[in-house]
Amino acid sequence: MIERLQELKQEALQEISESGNVKDLDHVRVKYLGKKGPITEVLRGMGKLSAEERPLVGQKANEVREEIQTNVEKKSTELEEKALEERLEKESVDITLPGREIKQGARHPLTAVVEEIEDIFIGLGFQVTEGPEVETDYYNFEALNLPPEHPARDMQDSFYITNDMLLRTQTSPVQARTMEKHQGKGPVKIVCPGKVYRRDDDDATHSHQFMQIEGLFVDKGVRMSDLKGVLEAFVKKYFGAEREIRLRPSFFPFTEPSVEVDVSCGICGGKGCRVCKQSGWIEVLGSGMVHPRVLEMSGFDPKVYSGFAFGMGVERFALLRYGIDDIRHFYTNDIRFLDQFKWV
Amino acid sequence: MLVSYQWLKDYVNMGDLTPEEVAEKLTRGGVEVDVIHPRSQGLANVTVGYIEECVQHPDADKLRICQVNTGEGETSQIICGAPNVAAGQRVAVARPGAVLPGGVKIKKTKLRGEHSEGMICSLQELGIEQKLVAKEFIEGIYVFPEDAVIGEDAIEQLGMHDTVLELDLTPNRADCLSMLGVAYEMAALLDQEVHHPGHTFMEAEEEASDRVSVQIDVPKDNPYYNARIIKNITIGPSPLWMQNRLTAAGIRPINNVVDITNYVLLEYGQPLHAFDLERLGSKEIVVRRAANGEKMTTLDNVERTLSDEYMVITNGKEPVALAGVMGGAFSEVQDDTTSILLEAAYFSPVRIRKASRALGLRSEASVRYEKGIDAERVEEASDRAVSLLAKYAGGKVLKGAVEQDYRSNERKTIITTPKRLNEILGTELAAEEMIAIFKRLGLEVKTEETSFIITIPSRRPDLMIEEDLAEEVARLYGYDRIPTTLPEGVTTPGSLSYSQVRRRKIRRYLEASGLDEAITYSLTSPEKASRFLLDDVPGTVAVSMPMSEERSTMRTSLVPHLLDVIQYNQHRQLNDAALFELGSVFIGEKGGLNKQPRETMMLSVVVTGNWETHLWQGEKKRVDFYVIKGIVEGLFNELKIPASDVHYRVSDHPELHPGRSADVLLNGRKVGFAGQVHPRIEKEWDIKETYVFQVNMDELLQLDVDDVSYKQLPRYPSVTRDIALVVDKTVSAAEVQEVIEKAGGKLLNHVTLFDVYEGDTVEAGKKSLAFSIVYLDPNRTLTDEEVTNVHDRVLTELEEKLQAALRK
Repeated sequence: MIERLQELKQEALQEISESGNVKDLDHVRVKYLGKKGPITEVLRGMGKLSAEERPLVGQKANEVREEIQTNVEKKSTELEEKALEERLEKESVDITLPGREIKQGARHPLTAVVEEIEDIFIGLGFQVTEGPEVETDYYNFEALNLPPEHPARDMQDSFYITNDMLLRTQTSPVQARTMEKHQGKGPVKIVCPGKVYRRDDDDATHSHQFMQIEGLFVDKGVRMSDLKGVLEAFVKKYFGAEREIRLRPSFFPFTEPSVEVDVSCGICGGKGCRVCKQSGWIEVLGSGMVHPRVLEMSGFDPKVYSGFAFGMGVERFALLRYGIDDIRHFYTNDIRFLDQFKWV
Repeated sequence: MLVSYQWLKDYVNMGDLTPEEVAEKLTRGGVEVDVIHPRSQGLANVTVGYIEECVQHPDADKLRICQVNTGEGETSQIICGAPNVAAGQRVAVARPGAVLPGGVKIKKTKLRGEHSEGMICSLQELGIEQKLVAKEFIEGIYVFPEDAVIGEDAIEQLGMHDTVLELDLTPNRADCLSMLGVAYEMAALLDQEVHHPGHTFMEAEEEASDRVSVQIDVPKDNPYYNARIIKNITIGPSPLWMQNRLTAAGIRPINNVVDITNYVLLEYGQPLHAFDLERLGSKEIVVRRAANGEKMTTLDNVERTLSDEYMVITNGKEPVALAGVMGGAFSEVQDDTTSILLEAAYFSPVRIRKASRALGLRSEASVRYEKGIDAERVEEASDRAVSLLAKYAGGKVLKGAVEQDYRSNERKTIITTPKRLNEILGTELAAEEMIAIFKRLGLEVKTEETSFIITIPSRRPDLMIEEDLAEEVARLYGYDRIPTTLPEGVTTPGSLSYSQVRRRKIRRYLEASGLDEAITYSLTSPEKASRFLLDDVPGTVAVSMPMSEERSTMRTSLVPHLLDVIQYNQHRQLNDAALFELGSVFIGEKGGLNKQPRETMMLSVVVTGNWETHLWQGEKKRVDFYVIKGIVEGLFNELKIPASDVHYRVSDHPELHPGRSADVLLNGRKVGFAGQVHPRIEKEWDIKETYVFQVNMDELLQLDVDDVSYKQLPRYPSVTRDIALVVDKTVSAAEVQEVIEKAGGKLLNHVTLFDVYEGDTVEAGKKSLAFSIVYLDPNRTLTDEEVTNVHDRVLTELEEKLQAALRK
């Protein structure tokens, strides 16, 4: 009987190793280890054996059973591994094919510039304030020290709607309106972004509609040196810490003294190039100390309060920042243009 | 203003500063030099030559063969095609090797078989703009006056070894509209003196006042009038040096009298006018306002209709000049003029500006009068012109000037303190430093205790208040030397307003949803201002003098502009586009504007073409109504406006597809529309299927919404039941959902529509809608029986209210 068991073991191991899949293997397991299997049958016939032989055969039978069991398990693991490998093989993809695109829209470059500038001034304690685009002559001109016959009105030929109303030529009227609301009490620290309109023929460098950001800082004892400090902080933050600023005397009816602010050219580092017209400097801001008449008209006592105002062209900043060559692109909205600003 | 560097040197010692350095000084001082023009542009090897002989070219009708003496005793043969070339002329000869401004290189050559060793030049060929070339030389070569020295450098003779600085003057610095004004500025910057030109001349015995009288009827408009009489003059060319300087300043030489008035205008900034005394037709000058409807012909031969807003110079009967703007035709100086009346006057800026603007006439004179000339320089300028006329027009100057003078001789003074000036600037300058600066500027300073009393010269009317003086101190001290400080007041928190924060959120949401932001013009055509309106518009806002019809009216909707953008892109084969714009529209009143128009912030979205494309996977999703609706829903969600506050109803907007458009209602009020552009309108715009959405943002931005607050996560399991219902096709999904929600009561957690089906397996006229319903009690686990109870109630309600049957 021991020989029989030995034979069965050999047969079983043979069949296990020949099983090609889990099903075959299970078949082999049931065939040898099942209740109707040959080992069970051998054990059943043990009653005919002598008392000496019985334990020996029993032991052998258990050994054989265990060995088959172990081999089945081992084979089963092997087969599962193999099946998994096959599955993974089958499931593999060409990872060089493009992924599913998640569409991302683009911020308009003018919005990008406005928001960046707003954020810098918010950091400096300014509030963002807005006002109407159709303004009264009073707020657009008179309250800014430009009475009806003032020669400086020439500088900005405007779109009038009625004798008393026009498309604002600057965002400064928001300053006058805000100062009025403060009723003579400072501080007033605002930046005013918005659209403005002037009678210009549209070409690569002119647009009848464009955007401005103007700022105002009114408080007791504000000095021209403060103007310089605040604008320098702004310019370095926006254009880069390595950039220098230069102030030049200028003229605006609503400021005195008036200042033109240049920033050192970022292309040539101030040595002179095509972009800065060989000067090493690029004009970026108009500024100045608020004219006492303007303070007075908006309800502030110029003996107590002083301040500075500044203004900049958003398109100009965008042209400089992104190297755009034609101002009309901003309003044409060619999607090949817009899509370039996804990353701003 | 064009400033010749060589000319400027007459009045102020600039040491060895180069033109570039002068430009830099002026710019840094506040008088901006916009462009630096080198006049000769490196032109060399051009000589004054004498044409000894000039004969017809044997083989060319239009060419002449000239034998030209160019000094050095040699004669060169030069072929010349100019019609005015002739023997005996002194001309500019470009010698072989010379390079003309246009890049033409002069070489020895042969023209139709004849040698030519150079070129006889026109002024244009030497780089002078045609509009500055004296009329007689426009069509041909330039001919020097007879005293030109043969063999000399022609460029030198033409005054072109010079640099012209083009000033970009701010309106307050009209004082720099003259050479002397610029000289004062330069002198202040360099701490130098200004030298005025001389003006000596002999006067005849005959009194000018015997010849003419002056009467001013409008002393406010014309505080000063000065007339001089010069007889026996000969009209001819002015001296070459004067012509050269006028050319440098951008003024064409005409004749000695006109050139002299122009020269002095440039020198002093004082406009002068010469009348032909004989043609004047009377012995008096009367200055008055024009009568309404009065007519006169100006010297450009245009008849002009005047109004009482303008001032005229008359001969007592009729206008002979439009004061300060332009002379009249019949009293103009002509070639046969022998006596002139020279006018030097001070006219008020306002009066001149009115006439100049209304008539669209701008002259060198009007530009200066409008901005204000130096009231105290009038006589000196007149004397200067008279001295030049005596010298270069051979005139006899009658004795004395005939004047009327209503000028105030009071000088303006400004009182300030060094402390105040330092406070404005943030500097710590000593009083002495400031006094030194004022002296450089030619301002008289008196000190009284701690105050400055500063007298302002009449040439600087722009200096009016302390702050003006602060600027003068700052610019001469140097803006760069002002310290850099930060304000010392209380600190304030910077911020965006609630509306601004919400607008930024919307922009981020739309960008992340794949939409590009567009910005379009606010001005549009009246026609477009009537399209795609959200509400009725009582009136539009129109510009009174538009530049074009296309930009004449403020927009009332953003949609037409975005459709233009779609059109632009589709015409460039850019067929997939998704864009939004956030901007104002402008709503007027019925029958014209009495107050500022209503400006409403609108958001508009346009989408067209494919919404999603996954090419190699063969998937394309075209834009449809549900894409645009999804964007709308997302917008409300982004603004935290509950979906239950928002409703959609079929829109009857005539420009939208009647079956694919909706009005958007917020709490029952219409705030927007969304849908496909009506196919007829798509055709009109020449665009493919396009969906639009426009919403009034003012309604949305100001809404108060609840802050985010955390809700307990459910601790008990929910139960989900899916149902498929068959309903009439006309029943909307929203109606079904509403019934489910109502019937589900408190235990209903949420409902999701997951399938819509019409077709073979559903009866005609019906459709199948499948919902997933989730039941939940936050406080305990629901029993099967409880769920069944409520679910049965839902089914009963559906059947009763909508005749909805469960799909088998």
